[in-house]
Amino acid sequence: MNKKKLHLCYAKWGYIFILPFFVTFFIFSLIPLVDTVRYSFYEYYRSGIKEVGPNFVGLKNYLELLHSDMLSYAGNTMVLWLIGFVPQIVIALLLANWFTDLRLRLRGKQFFKVVIYLPNLIMASAFAMLFFALFSTNGPINSILMSFGFTNEPIDFMGTTFGTRSLVGLMNFLMWFGNTTIMLMAAIMGISPDIFEACELDGCGSVKRFFYITLPMIRPILAYTLITSIIGGLQMFDVPQILTNGQGNPDRTSMTLIMFLNSHLKSRNYGMAGALSVYLFLVSSVLCFIVYRMTNNEDRPSSKALKKMKGGSDS
Amino acid sequence: MKKRVVSLLMTTAISTSLLTACGNNSAGTDQSGSSNGATEEGAVINIYSWNDEFRTRLEAIYPEVESTSDDGTVTKLKDGTEIHWIINPNQDGVYQQKLDEALLNQSSASVDDKVDIFLSETDYVFKYTDADANVAMPLTDLGIDPDVDLADQYTFTKTTASDQNGVQRGSTWQCCPGLLVYRRDIAKDVFGTDDPVVVGEKVKDWDTLKTTAEELKNNGYYTFASYADTFRLYGNSISAPWVASGETTIKVDSQIMNWINDSKEWLDAGYFDKTVKGQWNDDWNKSMSASSNVFAFLLPAWGIDFTLNPNWDGEEGAWGVTNPPQEYNWGGSYIHAATGTDNPEHIKDIILALTADKDNLIKISRDYLDFTNTVSGMQEAANDDSFSSAFLGGQNPYVYFAPVAENIQIAPLSSYDQGCVELIQNAFSDYFQGNVDYDRAKSNFETAIKERYPDITEIQWAE
Repeated sequence: MNKKKLHLCYAKWGYIFILPFFVTFFIFSLIPLVDTVRYSFYEYYRSGIKEVGPNFVGLKNYLELLHSDMLSYAGNTMVLWLIGFVPQIVIALLLANWFTDLRLRLRGKQFFKVVIYLPNLIMASAFAMLFFALFSTNGPINSILMSFGFTNEPIDFMGTTFGTRSLVGLMNFLMWFGNTTIMLMAAIMGISPDIFEACELDGCGSVKRFFYITLPMIRPILAYTLITSIIGGLQMFDVPQILTNGQGNPDRTSMTLIMFLNSHLKSRNYGMAGALSVYLFLVSSVLCFIVYRMTNNEDRPSSKALKKMKGGSDS
Repeated sequence: MKKRVVSLLMTTAISTSLLTACGNNSAGTDQSGSSNGATEEGAVINIYSWNDEFRTRLEAIYPEVESTSDDGTVTKLKDGTEIHWIINPNQDGVYQQKLDEALLNQSSASVDDKVDIFLSETDYVFKYTDADANVAMPLTDLGIDPDVDLADQYTFTKTTASDQNGVQRGSTWQCCPGLLVYRRDIAKDVFGTDDPVVVGEKVKDWDTLKTTAEELKNNGYYTFASYADTFRLYGNSISAPWVASGETTIKVDSQIMNWINDSKEWLDAGYFDKTVKGQWNDDWNKSMSASSNVFAFLLPAWGIDFTLNPNWDGEEGAWGVTNPPQEYNWGGSYIHAATGTDNPEHIKDIILALTADKDNLIKISRDYLDFTNTVSGMQEAANDDSFSSAFLGGQNPYVYFAPVAENIQIAPLSSYDQGCVELIQNAFSDYFQGNVDYDRAKSNFETAIKERYPDITEIQWAE
C-alpha cells in the first residue's frame, strides 16, 4: 500500500502541474478551433438582430470565397508584407553585422539596441493612428514639406495606392527591424570567434566575411525569421485597418486577408469567416512547410550549427 | 493509462463542481427574483447605453432619482430600485455587439440580469424596432398611448421609432433638426452682411446654393468642408427604404445618385476643401478652426455644441445659423423597453418623464442645449430670447431649428441603413478623389455591402 502510494506520487503532481495549460487550451483554443472548421460548412450569420442558420451548406462558403476578391486581397497582403520585410531584413542584417563586429568596437551598443527595439513596444494601432495624423493632408509632414519648399500643394499620401502601401510597409519595417536585428545579433554572436579569426588570418575582407561566413552560419535563424514574418504578414491587420479605417482604401488595394475576415465578422458571418480561416490555415501550413524544407533539408551542418549556437547563447 | 484516467476524472470533477456552483447561484437569484416579481417590479433595472448622456438627463429631471454611485454605474431610486448602467462605447459597433448578445440571451438570463431599457441611435434604430425581431416592446404594451401621451412629439421621431407595421416601439427626448452654421466674418466679407435672413436666402435650395458657392469660391472660400457634410441632407430624403421589408435587394435611391453627382461636380469645381476626406477626422476638425477657409457646416444642435464649439479657436460669437438648403435630421437617441423586462411600470414612468413631460424637456433644452422633442415647447423657446446663444453671437438658434423640425420628412428606415450609409460614402470617396472611375466605385460598394450583409443578393441603382 505504502509502496504504491510512493509510486504514484510524482506522476500525479506532474499531471496536476500541467493540467491548467491543457484545460485552458482545451476550452479557449481547441473548442473554438474545431467550431471554426465546423461552421465553415454552415450558413450561419446575423441579419439585424435575427440569427440565420446554422444550416449545413457543404462547400458553398469555400466556393463562394474563390469567386470573391479573396485572391486579390491575398495579393495585397503579400505586397504589403514584402514592402515591409525587404528593408527590414536588409537593415537588420547590416546592423546586426555592425553591432557584432569586434573590429568596429561600436560604443553605446546597449543604448542602440534599446532604441531600435522601442517602436515594437508601441501598440500597432496607436502607431497607425500616429501615422494617420502625421501623414494626413493637413498634417505635420505636409506642413514641413511645404515650409521647406519641397512641394506647393499638400501631398495626399493616403489617397494613392503607392502612398498607403508604402506607409503600411514603413510602419511594419519600423516596428519589426529592431526585433529582427536583436535576433540576428544573437545568431551571429553564436558563431565561434575562431572561425572569424581564421578567415581574417586568411586575408578575408569584411564583405567577403559577411557573405561567406556570417550568412551561411546564421541560415537557420534567418529561416526562422522568414517563417515567423510570413505568418505575421499573413495575419497583417491592425496597421492597415486603422490607417484606412477598415476599408482598405483606395480602391480596396490595402485590404488584407484578415481585414476581409473582419468585415465578414461585422455581420457575425461565422460560416464565411470560418471558411476563410481554414484557407488561411492551409496557406500558412504550406508556406511553413516549404520554407522549412528549403532551409533545413539540403544542408545538414547548418542545423547542427543551430544546435551548437543555441547552446552557446544559453550559457 | 490509469494515471491519465485519474487526471481526466479530476478535471471533470473540478469543472463540474464549478459549473454546479454557478448553477446553484443563478437558481438562487432566480427564485428570489420571481418571488418578488410575482407581485411587484424587479429590484434591478438594467440600462444599456453607449455613454452617460442618458444618465445625466435622467438624473437631472427624473424626480424618483435618489443618488448615483461615484463611479456612475448604479443609480438608486427612491423606492429602493437600483438602475444598473451598462455602458459600452459606440466605436466599431462594440455597443451593438454587446447589446445583441444580451438581447439574444434575454429569455435565459436571470431576472435581475435581463435588459430592461436600451438605447439606440437613428442610424440603427430599425434593427431593434423590427417587428420580426421583437426585441423592443410596443409602447402600447407598456400602457403608453403614443397618440395621446406623446401627442406633443415631432411626428418624424415617432415614425423613426416605429416598426414596419407602424407600431411605435421607442421614444426619444431629443430631436435633431440640422441647420446651416456659417462663419459671420466670411459672410460679411463676401455678401457684405452676416444677417441670417439674407444668408438664408442665399442658401435656400441647392441651385441657389450653387450660385453662392461660386461667389464664395471667387473670394477664396470653400462652401463646405467635405462631400460627407452634405450626405445627410440627401440621404434623409430618400423616397423608399434602402431595402424594402421582406426583400433582399438594395435599391439605391435617386437622391443618393444626386448626392454622388453633385458631390463630384462640387468637388471638381472647388466648392469643397479637397484635403478634407469625410468627417470626424483631424482635417475635418481643423476646418472648423479660425485659420480655415470653410464658410459653413451642416450641423444639428448637438453638432454645434459638441463638435463646432470645441474646435473653434477664434472669438466667441463668430458663427451664425440659418436655414439649410434641405430639411434634415441628424442623430437622436431612442429609449426602448426590452421585451421580457420585469420592470414595465418603472420603464413606463421613465419614458413618460423623459420624453413626454414638456417642463422636463424644456429644462433639458435650457441646461444641455439639446433640441428636445416637444413641438409646443420648442415653439416657445423660439420666441424666448433667454435661449439665445453667445457662441452664435447672441442669436436664438431655436428660431431656425423649430421650423426645420416641423418640416422633416424622415426617410423610411430599414435594418441595413447603417452599413449602406457608411459604405456608400466610403466607396464613392475614391471616385470623388479620382482614384477610381464611376463603375468601379459602384462595384466596390456592391462588394462591400454584400460582405457586410450576407443576405443581400442584388443592388439596383436608380438612374
